[in-house]
Amino acid sequence: MTKLLEWVFGVSLLGAAWACVTFDLLRVSIPPAYREVAWPMPLYLLVSFGCYSLATVGYRVATFNDCDDAAKELRGQIIEAKEDLRKKGFKF
Amino acid sequence: MATSRQAAGSRGDGDKYSVLLPTFNERENLPLIVWLLVKFFGESGYDYEIIVIDDGSPDGTLQVAEQLQGIYGEDKILLRPRAKKLGLGTAYIHGIKHATGNYIFIMDADLSHHPKFIPEFIEKQKEGDYDLVSGTRYQGDGGVYGWDLRRKLISRGANFVSQVLLRPGASDLTGSFRLYKRAVLEGLIECCVSKGYVFQMEMIVRARQLHYSIGEVPISFVDRVYGESKLGGNEIVSFLKGLLTLFATT
Ligand SMILES: Nc1nc2c(ncn2[C@@H]2O[C@H](COP(=O)(O)OP(=O)(O)OP(=O)(O)O)[C@@H](O)[C@H]2O)c(=O)[nH]1
Ligand SMILES: [Mg+2]
Repeated sequence: MTKLLEWVFGVSLLGAAWACVTFDLLRVSIPPAYREVAWPMPLYLLVSFGCYSLATVGYRVATFNDCDDAAKELRGQIIEAKEDLRKKGFKF
Repeated sequence: MATSRQAAGSRGDGDKYSVLLPTFNERENLPLIVWLLVKFFGESGYDYEIIVIDDGSPDGTLQVAEQLQGIYGEDKILLRPRAKKLGLGTAYIHGIKHATGNYIFIMDADLSHHPKFIPEFIEKQKEGDYDLVSGTRYQGDGGVYGWDLRRKLISRGANFVSQVLLRPGASDLTGSFRLYKRAVLEGLIECCVSKGYVFQMEMIVRARQLHYSIGEVPISFVDRVYGESKLGGNEIVSFLKGLLTLFATT
């Protein structure tokens, strides 16, 4: 199953469950209070997922390591490499 | 280090590592990356060879490679040039054909991937007998150097979206510093058709799809000092296109 199909499958499953509760499709007389809670659920889910995404990406950008030491080390090694290569007869 | 240097080339577990170095206009970087590879392979004592696949670089990268071959020997530096720029994917395919190792490293020649991580890749691979080990900028001590906020945001954002849509089981999808079992790489590369960043992403997504095991090693990614980036301006558009294609087909 492709990832796309997985998503379609998952979303339809959730959607069906939501419709069952909100419109009492199975005629099991779900209390109106439940139905009122269920009704705006998709929107809540969407908004919370959006917030979660923004927070996650924001946090990861903020904590993205800056490898200053790695860059410094590399600069040193470049000098060392050039010297050594010249000694070995390399012409730049 | 004295003891490990003594052991150079003599870690007798029969494994050999072929490093594929595709180059296009890397005249300044190639001698440095080769020097570093020789240094770190030498110190750790693993058997290796470096395969330079130059695509007719107009800046004379091939002549540089020939000089290096003269210094380090034809058994260590193999030249497998092609006449013109045919792209990275086919460069790897071309390189593997000539590789004699049972493990293959893929890395960029522009010094953004540091050979000092190679022993860590190898240890990681042995630790879990992984089919592939992928370098990651996004975990542990991994990171980047020389990126501004905008680039970090794009990188993290693109990675998040890809993670959500593809759930590949690896944290760095577009990184291209990886160690493969030879047969695994040969199989994967045949079924991957994407170009650019998406190529690396497709490789790891298909790896997961084929139930290969994936290990990860945190790496620091230092932006290239010399030379120019070969990826064009419409990177984001082609990335999204590729992502959606993978989303619908894998
Ligand atoms: N043989 C060959 N090598 C290539 C080709 N295009 C890129 N390369 C090499 O592939 C490696 C990665 O290319 P880069 O231009 O660094 O791409 P990148 O790392 O995504 O971009 P940067 O941010 O500029 O580093 C480098 O070693 C290049 O020299 C090609 O068409 N043929
Ligand atoms: Mg690069």
